[in-house]
Amino acid sequence: MATAISPEFKTITINMGPQHPSTHGVLRLVIELDGETVVSLKPVIGYLHTGMEKTMESKNYHKSITVTDRMDYLSPLGNNMAYVGAVEKLMNLEIPERAQVLRVVLLELTRISSHLVWLGTHAIDLGAMSVFLYCFREREKLLDVNDMISGSRLTPSYFRVGGFFQDVPDAFVPHVSRFLDEFPIALGEYQNLLSKNRIWMKRTIGVGVLSPEQAIDLCVTGPTLRGSGVRYDVRKAQPYSGYETYDFEVPLGRNGDVYDRYLCRIEEMKQSLSIVRQGLDRLRPGSVRSDNPYLFPADRTDVKLNMEELIYHFKIMSEGYSAPPGDAYFAIESPKGELGFYVVSDGGPIPHRTRVRPPSLINLQALEDMCVGRMVADTVACIGSIDIVLGEVDR
Amino acid sequence: MGLEELVPDGILTTTVEKMVNWARRSSLWPATFGLACCAIEMMATSAARYDLARFGAEVFRASPRQADLMIVAGRVSKKMAPVLKRIYDQMPEPKWVISMGACASCGGIFNNYAIVQGVDTVVPVDVYVPGCPPRPEALIYGIMKLQEKIDNQRLKQPAPVAESEPPPIATETSSASA
Repeated sequence: MATAISPEFKTITINMGPQHPSTHGVLRLVIELDGETVVSLKPVIGYLHTGMEKTMESKNYHKSITVTDRMDYLSPLGNNMAYVGAVEKLMNLEIPERAQVLRVVLLELTRISSHLVWLGTHAIDLGAMSVFLYCFREREKLLDVNDMISGSRLTPSYFRVGGFFQDVPDAFVPHVSRFLDEFPIALGEYQNLLSKNRIWMKRTIGVGVLSPEQAIDLCVTGPTLRGSGVRYDVRKAQPYSGYETYDFEVPLGRNGDVYDRYLCRIEEMKQSLSIVRQGLDRLRPGSVRSDNPYLFPADRTDVKLNMEELIYHFKIMSEGYSAPPGDAYFAIESPKGELGFYVVSDGGPIPHRTRVRPPSLINLQALEDMCVGRMVADTVACIGSIDIVLGEVDR
Repeated sequence: MGLEELVPDGILTTTVEKMVNWARRSSLWPATFGLACCAIEMMATSAARYDLARFGAEVFRASPRQADLMIVAGRVSKKMAPVLKRIYDQMPEPKWVISMGACASCGGIFNNYAIVQGVDTVVPVDVYVPGCPPRPEALIYGIMKLQEKIDNQRLKQPAPVAESEPPPIATETSSASA
């Protein structure tokens, strides 16, 4: 932490980050303090800038899916969905029913796993170490799901334009059902540890208040917005992948403080459980691939027997598929807020431009409004409560 | 047999070198240096299921002054490279570096204008752990490999320490971001 004293010796400027245990990555904050009170706070970003949007301009539609995983690495399937959804909108594809239901199930499981990392790190920032260990215990079960469907724990890249490359294994449904039975007990444990904990309540109630007007002005989305009591959820406002047919509530906060945002996310996990349960009930056998013949490679046995199939295999693997000229914006409700992809096509197999609307970047703008006028120790609580992922902020 | 028979029970004889190496390798203190996706797997490694404490390396320190192992977990951007070098310089000797994941080791899938193509252009690396991201088992194996390396260090001829030239990347951007 570097310090500098202003000429009038009234305020002191301190630097927090980019290497700091409670900035959730490489966020740097320049904080001006009067005593211990925050006068101004400026986030300095870009320490994890990866040039993802530019990289996507040089890869075909299929290859860019792997890049999206590494953007918000706590909800990789959410990023897959937003990107794949934008390309599907551009190509005007019909997705089979089974693929749509599976997508909803996987997206909601990913939401729970992302919220578990948020809860664990948020609690550890405020001094509750054991919550972190309990959260990661449950999260491992969700990472096992990723492992099962794709072979990778953290970066599955499981979604494809037009559905999935292959169906989930047989062990998927029993595993998820078991998780559905076990998780409510664990969720009760977290609430026992925190919800009525006096230290937790003192550190969070009335801290980092964001009024509904401020939240709307700042374009904040996700639980950060709903904690202030504004009803906006992309799953309800612009349903995708059949969300309009599921029965679930959108939890809202009342005071817009850190505690209400905490309650919102806890309640969201319960709603996600209910959505997953409904999804599993609807799961019927069927194809998980769109019937568009240009999207998926031919069957391996055919490739080995027929020349035509072999040529086709090479063509789709090297060149990829093309999208008609035009542009499409597709948004989903990621665990952080509205995550949108804007894809512009010039008719070729590589997008002309891909632009991301990252919820973390926009929610981060609300940090100054939350922190100014409060003690410097509350800054840590506020950073945790907006749940940013620096990979998504900087891209 | 020999001298050992003369010393009382409960006393072992060894060399100073072996004992120092044993102490160093059995209590590695990593600096919390999470950058991107790999940092989440690093957290998972220290959490309930994988429990890095079994290998004596779970005390993640927020301050580089208290750490002797830097696990570079994630992609290093050109803006972050000078910061990383500075944190490495702040760590007291002896110190080791694990490069975790494809991005830290060689740039990974991001061969572009923003990402340093391998953290070994900035700090000397002892162990590379491949994967995108590596599984916790892989990180634990990397730490065990590092422990083997520490076991074989000689006290009289310490491992060559990083008097590395400041890399071109660090000098380019340090004026803009420091």
